Amino acid sequence: MKTARSLLAGLTAALVATGAAAQDTPLSVDVTDTSAEDMTIAVPVMPTPAVANTVAGTTEALGRQVAEVVAGDLSRSGLFRPVGPNGVRAVSFPEVTAPAYDAWTASGAAALVQGFVRANADGQLTVGCYLYDVALKSELTRQGYVVAPRDWRRAAHKCADAIYARLSGESPFFDSRIAYIAESGPKNRRIKRLAIMDSDGANHRFLTNGQSTVLTPRFSPDYKQIVYLSYIENRPRIYVYDIGTGRQRVVTESANQTFAPRFSPDGRWILYSMAVGGNTDIYRISANGGQPQRLTNTPGIDVGGSYSPDGSKIVFESDRSGKQQLYVMDSDGSNQRRISFGGGSYATPEWSPRGDLVAFTKIAGNFRVGVMTPDGGGERLLTNSWQDEAPTWSPNGRVIQFFRTSQGRSGGSSVWQVDLTGVNERRIPTPLEGSDPTWGPLLP
Amino acid sequence: MNSASLKIVAIAAALAMTAGCGKKAPKELPPAPVSDGTGADAGTGDPNGGVGDAVVPGSQADFVRTVGQGRDRILFETDSYSVDAEDRAVLDAQAAWLQANPNVRVTIEGHADERGTREYNLALGERRANSAAAYLQSRGISASRMNVISWGKERPESLGSDDSAWAQNRRAVTVVPQ
Repeated sequence: MKTARSLLAGLTAALVATGAAAQDTPLSVDVTDTSAEDMTIAVPVMPTPAVANTVAGTTEALGRQVAEVVAGDLSRSGLFRPVGPNGVRAVSFPEVTAPAYDAWTASGAAALVQGFVRANADGQLTVGCYLYDVALKSELTRQGYVVAPRDWRRAAHKCADAIYARLSGESPFFDSRIAYIAESGPKNRRIKRLAIMDSDGANHRFLTNGQSTVLTPRFSPDYKQIVYLSYIENRPRIYVYDIGTGRQRVVTESANQTFAPRFSPDGRWILYSMAVGGNTDIYRISANGGQPQRLTNTPGIDVGGSYSPDGSKIVFESDRSGKQQLYVMDSDGSNQRRISFGGGSYATPEWSPRGDLVAFTKIAGNFRVGVMTPDGGGERLLTNSWQDEAPTWSPNGRVIQFFRTSQGRSGGSSVWQVDLTGVNERRIPTPLEGSDPTWGPLLP
Repeated sequence: MNSASLKIVAIAAALAMTAGCGKKAPKELPPAPVSDGTGADAGTGDPNGGVGDAVVPGSQADFVRTVGQGRDRILFETDSYSVDAEDRAVLDAQAAWLQANPNVRVTIEGHADERGTREYNLALGERRANSAAAYLQSRGISASRMNVISWGKERPESLGSDDSAWAQNRRAVTVVPQ
């Protein structure tokens, strides 16, 4: 794959340099390649066949905004160098399905995204999305999305997902949401609020008002609920928050502190940790309530945990050996075995939705985010800062978000993301400071 | 006791702590009670809940005055939750006050420094609070009078990112709820 992409990069460069005509290597990008230059992809404003007003603005304005969101997604993936919508030539509506290839070849773009925004008689929008190989002068994919005008961003994310998937061969991930903890105020009186946003930081919404400290949210697989830790009434316990109704309920009644909650991939179980008399163990309980089942029973701190995508196994953290290390067990608590053996400590394991990797925080001096295989092999560190922790996976298992804490009296936290090459690292914009990001699956 | 003598007790306790060079003594102490410098204020700035001249028996202010400033807590080494001789002396004083105020319930808050992951630190804070509670129980204080809660690294006492700040933040604090 790497060779193919390098070859492509070379060919692309050659095309730019010589203005050569069609070549027959299909366009593709490799998410694991760190050396190749990003593919240049033109994203002009999407025209409208007839300007119409919607609750989200005119179709003409939306055509520009959709293109901006598509270009932003492609840029954040780290694989593409989008050009536009500002500064590239305007496209007429008939041209959307009949690209002016020669003009785009002259611009140096390897790929071209065109589309349109149309208001339908029933009040819905249709957003068309087309991907072209400029050198081969061929269409690579086309998609159409019918959405309510207020959901225009989802159409844009789906368009970007279609382009990403077609060119990388990977599963899509842009049309998804993040829950995280919004933070403000001084370190010793920090206000922490539960908040949600789209994968690009848009449609931001606070879910709690900050009166009680909240931590460590996780989406249910259907996005209808968030399980998290709240200090309501100074009793730290885990709650399930229903996003539709705004109501919440205690997951399990106990005089002991419960924390570190997780949903199972099928949403039927909630994994959590409970501290009893200085000893923390991992439990699971039906998402509908009932009797909890204890999964670990060694002395020490067993905490956190993350299910494999098929729900059969759980990777968790334990200091039973004297330091925090990663362990894997069957989902009923059997067959516990250690998988991390490098120097330092390991914490906050999260199993990739693809199943192939476990992300973690490595503590060895600084706190760094890394990945290893579920049997402990192939350890790679992806970040290097004073304190990066708590990785969460994109729905396709190719990008990781985490939070970064800065030092000192005015130190704060921010949400970041990095891809598996470790090269494409960037901060996710949030209105306040942020921590504990959790990335949900692809939206249903 | 009037507010002037209360202030003197607090300052004396602070001086004793500073001079004591205990291995884990906080380098920065909580501020002394507010004074306008004339000695004429009536203690209205008392942050510990005392009203005017009166310290309500069994209150947080009474607890801190009795056990001594800064002795409402014990401090821990990195990743440790063990209680040493110095900690036991502090907890003995707390136990004596709890024996003298048998109807008071307390919360023991466990904390960790910022150099740990969030969820592990929640567990570690509980371990530390539980260490203090277990010792108090061994001194005759009923477990039913003690509520253990962990704040992990979420509520630091000292805001810096250095060894002395972290030393103050690895703590178990006994608090009389208002």
